[in-house]
Amino acid sequence: MIDLDFLQYDFMRNALAAGLAASVLCGVIGIYVILNKIVFISDGIAHAAFGGIGLGYFLGYDPLAFGIGSAVITALGIGMVSSRARISEDTAIGVFMATGMALGIMLLTLSQGYARDLYGYLFGNILAVTRSDVLLIAALTLIILALVFLLYKEFLLLSFDPIYAQAIGLPVQSLRLLLLVMVAFSVVILIKIVGIIMVIALLTIPGAISRRHMLGLPAIMAGSILLGAIFVTIGLLISYELDVPSGATIILTAALAFFLSTVLSR
Amino acid sequence: MTENIVSIKGLWICRALHAVLEDINLELAAGDFLGLIGPNGGGKSTLLKAMLGLIKPDRGSIAIFGLPPAAARSRVGYMPQKTVFDQSFPVNVLDVVLMGRYSRTGLMHRYGPHDRIAAQNALAAVGMEDRAMREIGALSGGEQQRVFVARSLVSDPKLLLLDEPTAGVDSAQQTDFYDLLCHLNRDQGIAIVLVSHDVTAISKYVSKIACLNQRLYYHDSKELSNEDIEKAYGCPVEMIAHGTPHRVLREHD
Repeated sequence: MIDLDFLQYDFMRNALAAGLAASVLCGVIGIYVILNKIVFISDGIAHAAFGGIGLGYFLGYDPLAFGIGSAVITALGIGMVSSRARISEDTAIGVFMATGMALGIMLLTLSQGYARDLYGYLFGNILAVTRSDVLLIAALTLIILALVFLLYKEFLLLSFDPIYAQAIGLPVQSLRLLLLVMVAFSVVILIKIVGIIMVIALLTIPGAISRRHMLGLPAIMAGSILLGAIFVTIGLLISYELDVPSGATIILTAALAFFLSTVLSR
Repeated sequence: MTENIVSIKGLWICRALHAVLEDINLELAAGDFLGLIGPNGGGKSTLLKAMLGLIKPDRGSIAIFGLPPAAARSRVGYMPQKTVFDQSFPVNVLDVVLMGRYSRTGLMHRYGPHDRIAAQNALAAVGMEDRAMREIGALSGGEQQRVFVARSLVSDPKLLLLDEPTAGVDSAQQTDFYDLLCHLNRDQGIAIVLVSHDVTAISKYVSKIACLNQRLYYHDSKELSNEDIEKAYGCPVEMIAHGTPHRVLREHD
């Protein structure tokens, strides 16, 4: 029997609420990341966000807001570069990614009391999520869900066959940029939970498992949301009971499920 | 009296200072079935894209149904060169065909019951109605090509632009496929532009033929002279037009 008394703590309730909202986000956006093969881009955006977080710290403003800002700029930058095709996309990602990390580390080091926070951003600290963070995460999740609902058929067409989509008049470039911006928002939210280094796992593992077992995009999204919620909850509980890092526990839970699903579906 | 479906006058398209298309003139009427041949890089796909309004002319004009190409898109069906997609993409055949309704539905509007009926009808037209609920990746290459034809038909076009639709399809399926196009052309009066490498295969089916290599060699008929072909391909090409009277090449004199 699981002991539910951990719910009496505010920080645990906030952590759980943030984790569940993030699962919804991962479930939906993660599928598009997989289908559009923008896993590396998403990872690059997460790392680039660190530059903004560092800048926020350094200037004494909200690091999360600055993180979102730099993630969006990076997303748009990569999106534009890939359409111009002067520089190859992965080169651009590599440059953005390393520059963001370097800036972040530099600026955090120059600020006071960086050590604990640096660790939190790199590896996540869901227990440090505040009530206002939860509200921000919930609001962003709702906005992104609304966009996906409104543009469901457009994103399906874009993901399946962008060449044809363009030929029949879909605004492919704008939709692609919008998708990258949604990824940028999602990724920054996930940084709060599992940290920059492990973001990509939480974004892709639920979708990758769900895709193997469900039929049709809506069912895959639903399955992916459910799996994300399970991983976050189990990971959070284990980390609370054993007093181990929450981000790593969540990712290891997800990874274990991924390997089990791979082995069992043979 | 009736307006031409396609009217291209003095079309030039240049890319990086090189002319890709040079002074193209082409008129197509309702019910025409044009085979467009020519060497690789000769501008065949570019011409189709210009007809879809995806590439702007540098000189000259294109009118589709008397309209600028972008405005006529909802009346044009298009099938790109071999659709490359993730074979495990989670989408069923009906939803793939529905994608072709986008030009009629528009941004942010959902597909309605009439869109679904149109999709069912388009699948029936290509003989794939029993596959509607299957995942697209579970179909054979030939079946997938039929689904993509259905997708180009679902907007009820009066002009079909097909860019090497039989690439990667085996020869038995190719024959079926060409029969299907003939049926659409004759029985439903859809004008077709079929881009292909394979002159001998398509010459049996098309009603007109043109050869494109920067310039268009076209005599509003099913005949091309050896001279045209040699100019277009830049070297003498031996061609066997089988199945007379469907002859492509005039006797050499």
